[in-house]
Amino acid sequence: MSKTKDVLVTPIFKNNPIALQILGVCSALAVTSNMATAMVMTLAVIAVTAFSNFFVSLIRNHIPGNIRIIVQMTIIASLVIVVDQILKAFAYEISKQLSVFVGLIITNCIVMGRAEAFAMKNPPLPSFMDGIGNGLGYGAVLLFVGFFRELFGAGSLFGIEILPLVNNGGWYQGNGLMLLPPSAFFLIGIFIWIIRTWKPEQVEKPDFEMAPNTKKEAA
Amino acid sequence: MEQMISLAVKAIFVENMALAFFLGMCTFLAISKKVQTAIGLGIAVIVVLVITVPVNNLIFNYLLREGALAWAGYPEVDLSFLGYISYIGVIAAIVQILEMFLDKFVPSLYNALGVFLPLITVNCAIMGAALFMVERDYTFGESVVYGAGAGIGWALAIAALAGIREKLKYSDVPHGLRGLGITFITVGLMSLGFMSFSGVQL
Repeated sequence: MSKTKDVLVTPIFKNNPIALQILGVCSALAVTSNMATAMVMTLAVIAVTAFSNFFVSLIRNHIPGNIRIIVQMTIIASLVIVVDQILKAFAYEISKQLSVFVGLIITNCIVMGRAEAFAMKNPPLPSFMDGIGNGLGYGAVLLFVGFFRELFGAGSLFGIEILPLVNNGGWYQGNGLMLLPPSAFFLIGIFIWIIRTWKPEQVEKPDFEMAPNTKKEAA
Repeated sequence: MEQMISLAVKAIFVENMALAFFLGMCTFLAISKKVQTAIGLGIAVIVVLVITVPVNNLIFNYLLREGALAWAGYPEVDLSFLGYISYIGVIAAIVQILEMFLDKFVPSLYNALGVFLPLITVNCAIMGAALFMVERDYTFGESVVYGAGAGIGWALAIAALAGIREKLKYSDVPHGLRGLGITFITVGLMSLGFMSFSGVQL
């Protein structure tokens, strides 16, 4: 049981797919200008990652090694089609806002990466859990970024007004930068900084060691 | 003609794949430590985009679109839900063919691009361009221009980032930001710079 929990929790902070493994950054940024799309995207990615891991793991002993990528791709693409059709049927507005990014889950490296790295070597149930865990790790970054972008950019969360905007007669002057693409990069940079301050073992080795300050002797 | 030029400028600068739509970020961040390799990858992306976007355009217009199968006698068939799986299949197949072709006929280019070609299949920029092409309903001619423009824009961005990162490795970055963190912030600043193109009226 504790192993299942481990598989589920590790990817959220300890081995975060976006912050440490540099996987799946592409879609992480574009859908985070408000919480609702970030949430839907998170759920979609969790579903796809979990089920693709599950199915890949089910047939892992029957896939010939040299065509495994194509087989995984087919499974992932089929799942994404299912998710896309469900979104179009039940959440049409949001699926319009997500536009091409639902389709881009196929090329999201998290899904492919986990199928290749974990599901090919482990039985179905742990793989399913690993998929959910990595989806959650991805979601954590997405929701973190989405929270700040929507709160400070538009003064609301999930479309509900929290900080009344000046143009609606309130006091909060919306920060336009937060709604623009660059802010997502800054926020993820800061998110990585926070995680690595908390868990210093993730800090990368510098290419060049700084020489100790020589001015001291002179002074 | 004028329309094509403005489409190309738009694809390269205003709607830069990497910096405005965040597509192809994984490779963008992972393979931008050296200018040399970044340029190699950039060229590979341009080549693949120029081929795959028009091919996907043909497939969408003559096979998948609602009523597209009229030439085969099935005017009411709508296969557009098969889009994702066909585009990714086409991309994977073309990358594979391109790799074999280059290996056989242009070995020097093959050696230069070698390792990057297979990576490109999972590059979101390629898939993203195909999906944008479908969403915006480009004609065949437009899709060629759009593919080239999107590729050049992406190559430009990764070459620029690699240049900055080569300088950056000598600087004293706060510990937690080292490596990935500072790269994100650099890309953010570059993206801010590219935002200024969005004022260009075409």
